[in-house]
Amino acid sequence: MFPELIDTRPLRRAIDDGLNWVVRNWGGELEAAAYPLLMLLNSIERLLVATPWWLIFIIVVGVAWLATRNWKLPALVLVSLLFLGVMGLWRDAMATTALMIAATLTVIVASIPIGVWMSRSLRVRQIITPILDLMQTLPSFVYLIPAVMIFGPGKIPALLATIVYAAPPLVRLTDLGLRSVDPAVMEASRSFGTTPRQRLFGVQIPLALPTILAGVNQTTMMALAMVVIASMIGAGGLGYQVLQGIGRLEVSRGLFAGLGIVVLAIIFDRITQSFGKQLQARIGLAEAR
Amino acid sequence: MSDSDFAIRMKGVTKIFGDSPQTALDMLRSGKSKTEVQAETNHVVGLDNVSLDIARGQIFVVMGLSGSGKSTLIRHVNRLIDPTAGEIFVEGSDVLKMSLPDLRTYRRNTVAMVFQKFGLLPHRSVIDNVAYGLEVKGVGKAERLERAAKWIETVGLSGYEQSQPRQLSGGQQQRVGLARALALDTDIILMDEAFSALDPLIRSGMQDQLMELQKSLGKTILFITHDFDEALKIADRIAVLKDGAVQQEGKPEDIVLKPANEHIEEFVREVNKARAIHVRTIMERGEFEPCEYTVPSNARCEDVLPYFAEHQWVGVTNDEGTQIGRVTAKRVIRALARYTPGANEG
Repeated sequence: MFPELIDTRPLRRAIDDGLNWVVRNWGGELEAAAYPLLMLLNSIERLLVATPWWLIFIIVVGVAWLATRNWKLPALVLVSLLFLGVMGLWRDAMATTALMIAATLTVIVASIPIGVWMSRSLRVRQIITPILDLMQTLPSFVYLIPAVMIFGPGKIPALLATIVYAAPPLVRLTDLGLRSVDPAVMEASRSFGTTPRQRLFGVQIPLALPTILAGVNQTTMMALAMVVIASMIGAGGLGYQVLQGIGRLEVSRGLFAGLGIVVLAIIFDRITQSFGKQLQARIGLAEAR
Repeated sequence: MSDSDFAIRMKGVTKIFGDSPQTALDMLRSGKSKTEVQAETNHVVGLDNVSLDIARGQIFVVMGLSGSGKSTLIRHVNRLIDPTAGEIFVEGSDVLKMSLPDLRTYRRNTVAMVFQKFGLLPHRSVIDNVAYGLEVKGVGKAERLERAAKWIETVGLSGYEQSQPRQLSGGQQQRVGLARALALDTDIILMDEAFSALDPLIRSGMQDQLMELQKSLGKTILFITHDFDEALKIADRIAVLKDGAVQQEGKPEDIVLKPANEHIEEFVREVNKARAIHVRTIMERGEFEPCEYTVPSNARCEDVLPYFAEHQWVGVTNDEGTQIGRVTAKRVIRALARYTPGANEG
């Protein structure tokens, strides 16, 4: 046994008491602060549910065609959507998609500025990188439980957990994309008397866009990976079906809902990837044309 | 002469790369060599006490091998690099005293730059690349596109306005780079090995085009190259750089005929001297009987060589066409043979 060098109990107690204190005194305020997120999630979900299924079919298949100008991806997307409809997963798939979209939008708004900040300062990068590592490796239950204590079970802690888990890749890839813009192009831009803002929006972000989009793609995938865990604290959707399937030992229910998640992942992954490739080709970064 | 009599004036500019350049600077000032400073402090001396006076309206070439500091030098003029010591005046104003906003205004209005690796924006069409500098300056869309189109035509790229840079050949891309710099309509253009990445034939064509443009626009061009032949062809004046220090500065023929040291002699041995030497520098001035063949005084030795197959000498005329002297085969041979290996001993 490792010898007990110091008594860690006061520290543990301080943390537990601290959390309880926060829940007691700040619970209401924190909940109010997270309310816009809930609004965002609910309005996206309402919109998706209110939209007739055939319209969603047309939009998603159309977007797939725009992304590739080819019949293969739209066909795959069509089959995937049919699967969701036929298997009776449509309503749950919309709820899960809403959670994923709400998380991704929030992550985009928060992560890209942080990535920009990281790319400009070595010190900021040194501070943020370990935080990102922590967000990705810390088991999600560790922050899920305090979140439930503060916000109560429901959609807010589910959304927050999804955001925490899905944000790091976008931050990292934004930083990487901005820093790997050809220094010769940056220098040329500087020689024309550009301001830092002109360089950021006129050169760096457009040239880093394929990398940033790869980050968005990663974020959507990681958000979908969180849906089962999110459903445990009240997110609903396909994850909840999986959970119920496990609970009732109904293998078929769990299997089909699980496949539904896979199908959603395929749709969003392929579409964002194709847009990334298109963008890369447009700015001439595609290999061997 | 005062600082404002020159387009660009550098006085004792020294650049040391490293964490504490001042210590290295003191060592350099106390007489240690570049290699010694590097060995002892791990600081690289980029430029060592460079002073240059560049008059308006000429092509001034800085020539040096890789690592000689020539790219560092040109970046001091628009302050892409800040010097460790020294002064830089451009059109009379002190570049090093400029605040950041002043520096941006200066870069937008006074100096434009062309790069070895082109530095084009890959996500913009040719015309938007050429208009980039104007866009940065805040020129309205219609006007900047019109001006960009004019410069695209000047460099001979009409019809490629909407192409993407990657669809063009290297020579065409550098024409875009040149048009982009010209579009800013600055008095000074900095060209950092602008033609070095191009094929020899295309390079030669670009050199001719640059000389023509310079003649018609009267710009001051600071041109960096590692190619002595290129320097001799386009330069009004040449400075030879080695280890960050200027070895010799003068007219092309001064450098060919009177190389200041061993290092420059090595270059001179390899070049086509017949192209570098103008007949006016070696002709006999005075009254001579009119000759059947005459050449203008800015002709080069290679232009008169064919005549010597038939004649002992060729007349030289001034701009008005009056014969002002003559050049003999003997003189040409003496000028050309002077520095061939073995011939200059004793």
